[in-house]
Amino acid sequence: MSSSTDLGRPDPDRTVVPSRDDRPVSDRGDTVCVIGAGASGLTAVKNLREAGFGVDCYERETGVGGAWNWRHDRSPVYASTHLISSRPFTQFPDFPMPDDWPDYPHHSQLLSYFERYADHFDLRQHVWFGTEVVRVEPVEGDRWDVTTRSTGGYGPERTSRYAAVVVANGHNWSPKLPRYEGLEEFRGEVMHASSYKDPAQLRGKRVLVVGAGNTGCDIAVEAAQQASRCWHSTRRGYWYAPKYVLGRPADQVNDTLLALRVPLRVRQWLYHWTLRLTVGDLTRFGMPKPDHRVYETHPIANSQLVYYVGHGEVTPVPDVARFDDRAVELTDGRRIDPELVVFATGYLPRFEFLAGRVLGDEDGSGRPRLWLNAFTAGHPTLAVVGLVQPDSGIFAISHWQSVLFARLLTLRATRPELAAVFDRKVRAGLGERYSAKVKDSTRHWFEVGHADYLRALQRALHELEDGK
Amino acid sequence: MTAKTDRVRVVRSWEWARPERPARREVLAAVPEREEAKPPLLFVPGFGHGAWAFAEHWLGHAAGRGFPAYALSLRGHGGSEPAPEATLRSYTHDVTQVAASLPRQAVLVGHGAGARVVAHAMARYPVRAAVLVAPVLGGWATFGTALRRNPAGTVPAVFGAGLRLNRRQLFSRELPDADARRHLARLGRAGRRAQWQLLTGRAPEPAVGRPPVLVLGSPDDRVLPATALTRAARGYASAPLLFPGMGHDLMLDARWREPIDAILDWLDKDPAPTHG
Repeated sequence: MSSSTDLGRPDPDRTVVPSRDDRPVSDRGDTVCVIGAGASGLTAVKNLREAGFGVDCYERETGVGGAWNWRHDRSPVYASTHLISSRPFTQFPDFPMPDDWPDYPHHSQLLSYFERYADHFDLRQHVWFGTEVVRVEPVEGDRWDVTTRSTGGYGPERTSRYAAVVVANGHNWSPKLPRYEGLEEFRGEVMHASSYKDPAQLRGKRVLVVGAGNTGCDIAVEAAQQASRCWHSTRRGYWYAPKYVLGRPADQVNDTLLALRVPLRVRQWLYHWTLRLTVGDLTRFGMPKPDHRVYETHPIANSQLVYYVGHGEVTPVPDVARFDDRAVELTDGRRIDPELVVFATGYLPRFEFLAGRVLGDEDGSGRPRLWLNAFTAGHPTLAVVGLVQPDSGIFAISHWQSVLFARLLTLRATRPELAAVFDRKVRAGLGERYSAKVKDSTRHWFEVGHADYLRALQRALHELEDGK
Repeated sequence: MTAKTDRVRVVRSWEWARPERPARREVLAAVPEREEAKPPLLFVPGFGHGAWAFAEHWLGHAAGRGFPAYALSLRGHGGSEPAPEATLRSYTHDVTQVAASLPRQAVLVGHGAGARVVAHAMARYPVRAAVLVAPVLGGWATFGTALRRNPAGTVPAVFGAGLRLNRRQLFSRELPDADARRHLARLGRAGRRAQWQLLTGRAPEPAVGRPPVLVLGSPDDRVLPATALTRAARGYASAPLLFPGMGHDLMLDARWREPIDAILDWLDKDPAPTHG
């Protein structure tokens, strides 16, 4: 594993220009800055390099892989994390995963995939490891002043001026913790899923898992295997899709229907019918009936949860109402006494280095207003890559977002009139959505259907070249 | 072909829904003793040939000049797993799989119909550069030539039999008979469906990353008409490098050294991507 690669690299300073407050700013010319060397950052570096751009990538950790590198402080992965989308949907479109890997690879395989991607395309030489981005400020001429320092705040800050910025800082590292009455008084152990790493943490305990996302379901399954008791609290009923249906990975079956252009309503009906035949009616276990149709919440792919519910190893319970010093009161009035509460309540995107209004978030709600979840109005040289929660793999989406951004930057230099057309489309399309109607949650605004989204992105790529 | 084929394709529902089956693949390698920061070469043999065709001379020669050199056998060929139902897509999958498994961004060298496979692979993997050797990119003109030159080997292929190539098509007279017989005896066959797709299949999509492409061949090639060679090169905005007097199998013919040296010289000049 390579740590800092600063050694042996020429100093990036070309010209030093004074900034507004008289700090020295080194002008990096046409170089593009990429923030983060996780999956999305790496593919941005690769695609910008491929289009002929110089790239400086800043990574706060000492290795690539971002969230998928379990050594990283901010990595949310736990020992048993496996992919929930199968290989064809997960891999980068131009760098296939080995076909002798399982349908749903383990997180360590994914890390080795990103490390091989970085080595294969010789990307590490463009990454400044152990460097975090403190501030990103727009300056005149659609350029950007990026201020960095060593991770942890050691050493001086330095500011460099870039022609464009790609924000790829990930959205699964800042834990979202709901507020509950009495949580401070609760004497048991409380943790967010981000600190859950190993099933040994659950062994022999009475565990309450809150949240029915994919992580919550995974932890509930591990608690069923390890803990002495497991309650699984969910706000509403969900559709628990098995990872395999009809003898194939479920997402491949789903995309067969998409390839055949089966309409949404028919797909929903087929999906309900398939679940009915395979998973069965969950209300007989005391689970609430889903209040929505499939495709209307982020899909949960877990074949084991229902199995353990059926074996009595997981007790489904409703939402938590309040805590007191030794018990948890549920919304149906029941009281349970867990020793450990795991909040698998998700993460929120955060851009602490960027003023909210740059991304169109005027009221500080934490929700940027973007087109294609990537482009913001008034800043044609800024792109956010990977800010999507697809019903499928994310990396292919990041790849195409960065391909589109690289084309846009090229056209800004060669055919500015086409780039101007694109800018107008960004303004017109802010906040556009790419999925079926989705149930409200703090993350639903960046939920996308992979087929709808990629089709929109493909259209944008083609229209950019046609100047439409 | 419609104009649509020159466009980037993002949505590939069928490919995602029906991924190619994995297959055991033979990969032969010759790696230089000292690492010299030269890009790895991946040789892709044409129909009927296997990795052995490159292991004979070219792999060792490339390694001797400092290039890590690899050759694969497409499924159903050489030492790879049998695959009678293979399609051009399966072959393309084999090539991108092996290319992505190499330590660094690879140069693909496709020979014969292997060049067509490389052309498809270039749309799915950003090659460092590509070399098309006597490229059989398909089409009816090539079929006509094969019919004229070797009717007995070609007509049965129309009905699903293997395409058989004879000595006069593949080698020049300079190659000793014993060698020619040895090579001919090793020839296998491509999948029935893949053979048909050479005529009727969809044209390759545009290459990703706009890589530099070198086309070379022999004007005396009795498989590939000289006009087809020129057309193939023009498709990549260049003219072919010519090696007169050689047969179709430039890597096995008596003067095998000339074309491989030309390829390695071209790569040593580090051709730049064609940004446009």
